[in-house]
Amino acid sequence: MSKVRVLVGTRKGAFVLESDGKRQKWDISGPHFAGWEMYHVKGSPADPNRLYASQSSGWFGQQIQRSSDGGKTWEPVDNKFVYDGVPGTHKWYDGTPHPWEFKRVWHLEPSLTDPDTVYAGVEDAALFRTMDGGKSWQELPGMRGHGTGSGWQPGAGGLGLHTIILDPKDPKRIFIAISAAGAFRTDDGGATWKAINRGLRSEYIPDPDAEVGHCVHHMAMHPSRPGVLFMQKHWDVLRSDNAGDVWKEVNGNLPDDAGKRGFGFVIDVHAHEPETIYVVPIKSDSQHFPHEGKLRVYRSRTGGNDWEPLTKGLPQSDCYVNVLRDAMAVDSLDSCGVYFGTTGGQVYASADAGDSWNPIVRDLPAVLSVEVQTLA
Amino acid sequence: MSGGIRVVLPAHLRTLAKVGGEVHLEVKGQITQRSVLDALEARYPMLQGTIRDHVTQQRRAFVRFFACEEDLSHESPDAPLPEAVASGAEPLLVVGAIAGG
Repeated sequence: MSKVRVLVGTRKGAFVLESDGKRQKWDISGPHFAGWEMYHVKGSPADPNRLYASQSSGWFGQQIQRSSDGGKTWEPVDNKFVYDGVPGTHKWYDGTPHPWEFKRVWHLEPSLTDPDTVYAGVEDAALFRTMDGGKSWQELPGMRGHGTGSGWQPGAGGLGLHTIILDPKDPKRIFIAISAAGAFRTDDGGATWKAINRGLRSEYIPDPDAEVGHCVHHMAMHPSRPGVLFMQKHWDVLRSDNAGDVWKEVNGNLPDDAGKRGFGFVIDVHAHEPETIYVVPIKSDSQHFPHEGKLRVYRSRTGGNDWEPLTKGLPQSDCYVNVLRDAMAVDSLDSCGVYFGTTGGQVYASADAGDSWNPIVRDLPAVLSVEVQTLA
Repeated sequence: MSGGIRVVLPAHLRTLAKVGGEVHLEVKGQITQRSVLDALEARYPMLQGTIRDHVTQQRRAFVRFFACEEDLSHESPDAPLPEAVASGAEPLLVVGAIAGG
């Protein structure tokens, strides 16, 4: 029978949640790396027992941990992330040039085909890769070397490269996103990159239609349609039907927020329905909690614009948690499971594509990331 | 005590390096912060980058070095450590600074 393994990164350790295909009873193991910030934990699609975890601390810096047994045991691998060449400067919060400094790994994206190859998105924004299972990391400098790099400015959470999407049909195509530079695409395996931000409109930057400078929070893609991308921007939910060349807003009937719509962090796509997408609207960039104290996932079955709130099993009063950008994932069982974690430490699961929800666990440290593995 | 230089690591780094108590190191030449940390990182490679920066080799901002009831954090990494540390009578303490209130 199928199994599901949910990998949860929190402010104070990592947790592994496992269930059979019914997804009713869960075994919880952890905390792994107790007390450390676990920005991301993700498994290799090519070898589900191979997991990689980003472990960091304001005191002791960055570690990368690797498991070869599905998270039961771990070993530290190389943690040396050194920018290629002379790093140069980006723009600091006050507008002055600031040297590129490595701070942490936000996101680990294992190769779709090779368990030893993993991409790492880091702060200050750059893309690294290992091809030896984490024994060594090299920067793909074309990303940071994009001509606009000196003008990138950090978002409130830092200049993080937080989203990496590998195209399952074209191994040379990768999409990434940076707060607050925007989205980028390579079509040549990472040598050169193109800013893909046309159609994004951000009123908080001097030129709302600028080539870069947009605070993209997250992106998602359905593997069967790699040319279709969905984006959760600082404000606005958007889609592109041409691999990011042009975007259009699909906020539709998402909750009104003083005349604007569509603030949030997470976005994901149903495992079997490429036009069914999920977001969690959050009240404005100054409050960062759900509208009206009601935790609602919004689902669109039309790829945006037409949204329905999903509330069954979710708190509908006095709820003031946030759902961070990497904290939603889906499984690929016949009835698609959807999972998300909150800054209040709850991990919610739906075994029916969002119609109803239950907490797997209620009292973890603040959840930073949620990934799901569907195991045979 | 098995001799050599004694180093006390903070709890998170003991866990990372899978050591229980004090670390005892054989250090050749002059006993300095740099020579002790070089020996420490050679024995426990996973500690590279956790106490000092991989590239600049500078102490991380929230890490402190204490010994003999003195804060040695701002001493030169090449300055000799106190004789009591060099002789093994006292440990070099690697400390995670109080931060956050």
